[in-house]
Amino acid sequence: MDESIIRIKDARKSFGHVHALRGVSLEVAKGEVVLVIGPSGSGKSTLLRSINRLEHLSSGEIWVENDSVTSPHADIRRIREEVGMVFQSFNLFPHLTVLDNISLAPVIVRRDSGAEAKTRARALLERVGLSDKAASYPDELSGGQQQRVAIARALAMQPKIMLFDEPTSALDPEMIKEVLDVMLDLAKEGMTMLVVSHEMGFARAAADRVVFMDEGLVVESGPPGELFAAPKEERTQRFLEHIL
Amino acid sequence: MSLNDSRSNGKRSAPREASAAPTITVTDSALIPSVGEKSLLSAWNISFFGAIAILILLPVLRPKPFVEILAFVPDGLVATFSVTIESIFFALILGLLAGLGRIARTKVINRIATIYVEVIRGIPLLVQLFYIYYALGPLLHLRGTASAVAAMSICYGAYLGEIFRAGIQAIPKGQMEAALALGMSRTTALWRIVLPQTVKVILPPIGNEAIALLKDSSLVSILAVSDLLRRGREYASTTFYYLESFTIVALIYLVMTLFFSRLVGIMEAHLRYHGRKHH
Repeated sequence: MDESIIRIKDARKSFGHVHALRGVSLEVAKGEVVLVIGPSGSGKSTLLRSINRLEHLSSGEIWVENDSVTSPHADIRRIREEVGMVFQSFNLFPHLTVLDNISLAPVIVRRDSGAEAKTRARALLERVGLSDKAASYPDELSGGQQQRVAIARALAMQPKIMLFDEPTSALDPEMIKEVLDVMLDLAKEGMTMLVVSHEMGFARAAADRVVFMDEGLVVESGPPGELFAAPKEERTQRFLEHIL
Repeated sequence: MSLNDSRSNGKRSAPREASAAPTITVTDSALIPSVGEKSLLSAWNISFFGAIAILILLPVLRPKPFVEILAFVPDGLVATFSVTIESIFFALILGLLAGLGRIARTKVINRIATIYVEVIRGIPLLVQLFYIYYALGPLLHLRGTASAVAAMSICYGAYLGEIFRAGIQAIPKGQMEAALALGMSRTTALWRIVLPQTVKVILPPIGNEAIALLKDSSLVSILAVSDLLRRGREYASTTFYYLESFTIVALIYLVMTLFFSRLVGIMEAHLRYHGRKHH
């Protein structure tokens, strides 16, 4: 499968005595949208955070395109430019305006000109429906708006892959849709997406594949229709009963 | 002392987890008065205006020694302020380095910074002053003022280092992670993302330390530095007006520290409302 843009091979990670990942292998094809579900503590966030090396694996290997992330010689900053990430708690920079939040990294990481970065930041803000918020500060926005800015900020680096770590878990129910709509658009445009989330609506509408994890292992995976309708493993069935 | 506590009632919409004001705790010298206390008879008002009133009344009621004292003593203010300001300047540099060292991931740097903080905080300032002035001064050819400033800077650098460290660690981890995920280096993320947010958190405790330093600068009077206290001693030892001289010296220190602590209090309140706007 040389189409794979992310390859994870036997990823293991322990925090002291806790084994967060116990041998996960996963491939994500270019343009594929993969949803990772599973109970809390199943290792899904750790897996996601290992892909841009916010967590260091204890053993195993991860490649993004053809670059090893896990190699000690990896140029991790260059890889991170290709891999956008959206966090549960948004993590916008509170001391910067919305526009600066989006244009800062392109300017200081990729050395874009300020004007160019700002123009693109405005275009991204329009795309997430927040053109009027360019001069606002993050704490003046609702949670849903902050998360949309966070998506725009990640997109400003023009990544090839987007990682979403429980992007709607910190949101009030009425704000979830506005964030999912942005993600749906992104999926339709062909972005490769790896999403840790329990949004079944999003899974049905956009996911090519759903991966169920439990206790640091992939239990099973498949297209959302199949996995939700007829899970093979008993553990998957039990979990789905709770969230469907 | 708890920073960013609930003194301000008019806080904007409830902040979410990500933007919640960070809180850090720093020990000793909590002198900053609450700006919110409006009462005319607040402790600060009584102390500050009382001290000024006495400073005016004494020479009026008893011109004999007091006018002379007031003419003689304030010369020392120049030395007091120059030692204070120079020491704060160098202590800030040392403190930033120590604070960064304390959070550094490189073991050696971390260890050096921690040893500096532990050793310096474990030795009384007066002993450090003697050590640098009498023991090292002759070796390094330091004048009185220079060794005073060196000792004060090294001492306060250790305390400020802990404030910098606490301030940096008070910024949510997600800020650094978001910056790293965007491809920034750890250093860039520190300077562009973490430290600008830290300023708001650490300015009040740094102000507090500056006031403490202003007070501690009186220790340099023991060395050959003609600061406020030494001028008072010089006058007293030739005229034997001990009570009168030291009353004036004490009142001048009191007025200064109360004035600056109010200033820090106002700055703290201001930062709480407008700190996030850096433009």
